[in-house]
Amino acid sequence: MQKITGGKDISGCAVSGILNTNGKKIDGRYIIRSIANMHDRSNGLGGGFAAYGIYPSYKEYYAFHLMFDDSYARERCEEFLDKNFLIEREGDIPTRKTVIQNPPILRRYFVEPREEKLDKSSEDDFVIREVMKINSDIEGSYVLSSGKNMAAFKAVGFPEDVGNFYRLEEYKAETWIAHGRFPTNTPGWWGGAHPFALLDYSIVHNGEISSYGINKRYLEMFGYRCTLLTDTEVMAYLFDLLVRRHKLPMKIACKAFAPPFWDEIDRMPEKEKKVMKTIRTVYGSCLVNGPFSIILGFKNGMLALNDRIKLRPLIAATKKDFLMVSSEEAGIREICKEPDKIWSPKAGEPVIGLIGKGVVEEG
Amino acid sequence: MLSLCKGEFSVERDDDRCIRCLVCVRQCPSDVHKYDEEEDRIYSDESECVGCQRCATLCPTDAITIRYKPMEMKENANWKTYHLTNIYKQAETGGILLTGMGNDKPYPIYWDHILLNASQVTNPSIDPLREPMELRTYLGRKPDLLDIEDGDELILKTEISPQLKLELPVLFSAMSYGSISLNAVKSLERAATIAGTYYNTGEGGLHKDLHKYGKNTIVQCASGRFGVSPDYLNAGAAVEIKIGQGAKPGIGGHLPGEKVLEEISETRMIVEGTDALSPAPHHDIYSIEDLRQLIFALKETIAYEKPVGVKIAAVHNSAAISSGMARAGADFIALDGVRGGTGAAPLVTRDNVGIPIELALASIDQRLREEGIRNNASLIIAGGIRSSSDIIKAIALGADAVYIGTAALVALGCHLCQKCYTGKCAWGIATQDPYLTKRLNPEIGTRRLVNLLNAWSNEMKELIGGMGINAIESLRGNRLQLRGVGLTDTEYKILGILPAGE
Amino acid sequence: MRRIYVKEDVCIGCRLCEIYCIVQHSKSKNIIKAFRNEPRPLPGVLVEEKGPISFALQCRHCDDAPCVESCITGAMQRLEDGRIICDIERCVGCWTCIMVCPYGAIRRDQNRKVASKCDLCIGEDIPVCVKNCPNEALTYE
Ligand code: SF4
Ligand code: SF4
Ligand code: SF4
Ligand code: SF4
Repeated sequence: MQKITGGKDISGCAVSGILNTNGKKIDGRYIIRSIANMHDRSNGLGGGFAAYGIYPSYKEYYAFHLMFDDSYARERCEEFLDKNFLIEREGDIPTRKTVIQNPPILRRYFVEPREEKLDKSSEDDFVIREVMKINSDIEGSYVLSSGKNMAAFKAVGFPEDVGNFYRLEEYKAETWIAHGRFPTNTPGWWGGAHPFALLDYSIVHNGEISSYGINKRYLEMFGYRCTLLTDTEVMAYLFDLLVRRHKLPMKIACKAFAPPFWDEIDRMPEKEKKVMKTIRTVYGSCLVNGPFSIILGFKNGMLALNDRIKLRPLIAATKKDFLMVSSEEAGIREICKEPDKIWSPKAGEPVIGLIGKGVVEEG
Repeated sequence: MLSLCKGEFSVERDDDRCIRCLVCVRQCPSDVHKYDEEEDRIYSDESECVGCQRCATLCPTDAITIRYKPMEMKENANWKTYHLTNIYKQAETGGILLTGMGNDKPYPIYWDHILLNASQVTNPSIDPLREPMELRTYLGRKPDLLDIEDGDELILKTEISPQLKLELPVLFSAMSYGSISLNAVKSLERAATIAGTYYNTGEGGLHKDLHKYGKNTIVQCASGRFGVSPDYLNAGAAVEIKIGQGAKPGIGGHLPGEKVLEEISETRMIVEGTDALSPAPHHDIYSIEDLRQLIFALKETIAYEKPVGVKIAAVHNSAAISSGMARAGADFIALDGVRGGTGAAPLVTRDNVGIPIELALASIDQRLREEGIRNNASLIIAGGIRSSSDIIKAIALGADAVYIGTAALVALGCHLCQKCYTGKCAWGIATQDPYLTKRLNPEIGTRRLVNLLNAWSNEMKELIGGMGINAIESLRGNRLQLRGVGLTDTEYKILGILPAGE
Repeated sequence: MRRIYVKEDVCIGCRLCEIYCIVQHSKSKNIIKAFRNEPRPLPGVLVEEKGPISFALQCRHCDDAPCVESCITGAMQRLEDGRIICDIERCVGCWTCIMVCPYGAIRRDQNRKVASKCDLCIGEDIPVCVKNCPNEALTYE
């Protein structure tokens, strides 16, 4: 299912995200307006969204959003799903006719792993493994998202058209993240659009990572297969490895991705210095070098992070219990004329909002 | 017996320039130049000249040119002058031919087939003069994951193994006191201290004057166990077990008795004037389990406070061996390639045994990753690193740091005459002769080495900044930053890099 | 006053100090001409050697210089900056200075019949022996 020519994906982009820290849900129109206001940062070759809290009645099930090139791929993939999962419910992903061209077959399945297939691994590990199998082994099938009570919606096109195509105004979510893409070297392919989603994580990204080569090899050591050759995929796996599998606190994982300079570490108080030094020493291969701003959506929260010297734009704002992050201030002002607070997060310092806890890190 | 070998060099003296100052006469350790008072003229016995260029460098009027002038035989693609002269020598002496320095045969040098990447448009390059650019490197075993508790303050629950902190990913290779002069050792020690890196004692023990400066010393424990004592092991910042050396895989060291003078005998704990012969293998290591025992015996001795590494020569199955070493408790693996230097080695071994470091490095790094044990041990490579770009390429292929030996000696003045084994080094490096050792002023030596490291640091920063990288760890193992030219498919596969254009 | 100091442990006995001293005090200051075509002055520095030990010796420019005290014509004199020189116009070659110098740093210039010694290279920031010593065995501090 490799639709990419000439190696690694390179693109510039717009990102945007909205979280309500009290878990109140809003529909998809706001995020569409926010990302559409940064139209010039995309070139129509990819747009996408992730939404959290949209499937409350199936929140115990993994919601698989899948795309198929043709009915043969669908048949094979459904066979595979059937073998490994109990499918609670399935159906087409609702869309409408718009300017979006040649959509693949888009289906969603609410599933749980078959007990007998788990073989001692956790459900999450099992799901990741099976998702990777589908993506790499079943020609013409691709998993767009696989988390619980969340989904990713993406396509080739400008983000506002993608949102319209997927009828996002009909969904209500506590967290929305969005992406408009400006690739420089890849033909449009639906799977290559952002967000990249894995289990409950979904990630949108603007930038180009020069450490990609080693980040990828590092992840391979832990069994990840980076088949898409995109920075976003690598970022998602890094979060998965450090936060879900290694159980590092999210802000510590961010320190591994965008660590302070040694000079700063040398000046820190003894205890902090030791922690930071150890993180850099042990997680050196996780350092994400080069320009990036990312927004990560996860169960109950949202995180935004810049590279360690802030080579890509990122703005954050709050209004009452809403946290908004965006590539440009315009992406925020479009949906919120008068934020309570608006600021530019520091390089390498995460902005983290958690449902029930508010904005816990301001960056 | 008439020797059929003629000298290899011609000594040309421009008599219009020569002022009869006799500097050349005094400086040549091989007594090539002789002053004839009667004729007020200098005669040169060219057959003894080794081409060290000492006279030509010090002649105040630039009157001397030393030219390489091997015997010119009838052209023969099979029988080169190299083979003929070797046979003549052996027919005359009946002995094994010795040599110094690294393999000089034209085996492929992969560094010269690898090109580096740079950022354009989509990703900004970073200017090291304006932005911080980090080369700091920690060597040692690293856990796969950290246990950190979040709360009011962060609590680090994982204690990590001892690490060596390097301000740049370059260390000075093992060169023993004995094979090189005390002044050379002192230069290396001081330069390592100033630059924030390490030098390695080699298998010669640690001179008593240097015990107190152990902070930047890696002490070696080789098969001869020369000078090894608990004091010695504890004096350094790390211990390295030497199994093999790139210039002579499979054989031990040899320091001729003539070089074993008082201070060397004291440092090595052997009788003055006796040959210091280290056995080919460690006689307590015949298998990987034995190695494990020695590693842990040493770790016990130093109370697990410092890393213990193992050095091997790059040979055919070094990937498998490295995997064994990483599992046997080695905190770092030093890997010496076929072009690695030596103070003395049999010519036939040096020129024919081992494999290129680039291929060994690529396959070991890949193997350790496939086995998921790359974090178990750091990888230091050695053997023919000539420039900062070689270092950058090595790190991108997967090395944590590099050892430099020959390059450091060249910075000290070595002219690669390859006569180290004779003990008559004209530059005061590979000698113990008091007339000659004085020629290396350790203050100058230190400065020259520090300058070299600074120059290379700056160049490395330029190169990684150009790739849009500002910390060396993002280059380590990042083979996407490399492209090859003129290699075969198999070589691309082993090196794990793409051809230029792809 | 700055003086020349020697580090005998790194003096390699090459005698380049002497050679450059000669050139500096020659008529043309061209090394080849000075040695081949011109009357050659004596070097103010002399390298002493015994076995592997060698060091370069020149006038110490003593604070209480016996040579200046004992000079019968006033040729041997201290300049304002402290250095001691011999004014060869006034030197009559009586060799008193040579006899009183505790370091043996003054030599007879037989050609010109005058005392010859180091003058710390008048007009140079750093004496040429120091500047040209290949192993930094001489320092000027
Ligand atoms: S060093 Fe040069 S000038 Fe002096 S004697 Fe030798 S060749 Fe002649
Ligand atoms: S051996 Fe060295 S010093 Fe002697 S003549 Fe040859 S190049 Fe000059
Ligand atoms: S160390 Fe000395 S003897 Fe050995 S190659 Fe260099 S100059 Fe020649
Ligand atoms: S030039 Fe320096 S090393 Fe040579 S003899 Fe004079 S003082 Fe000694």
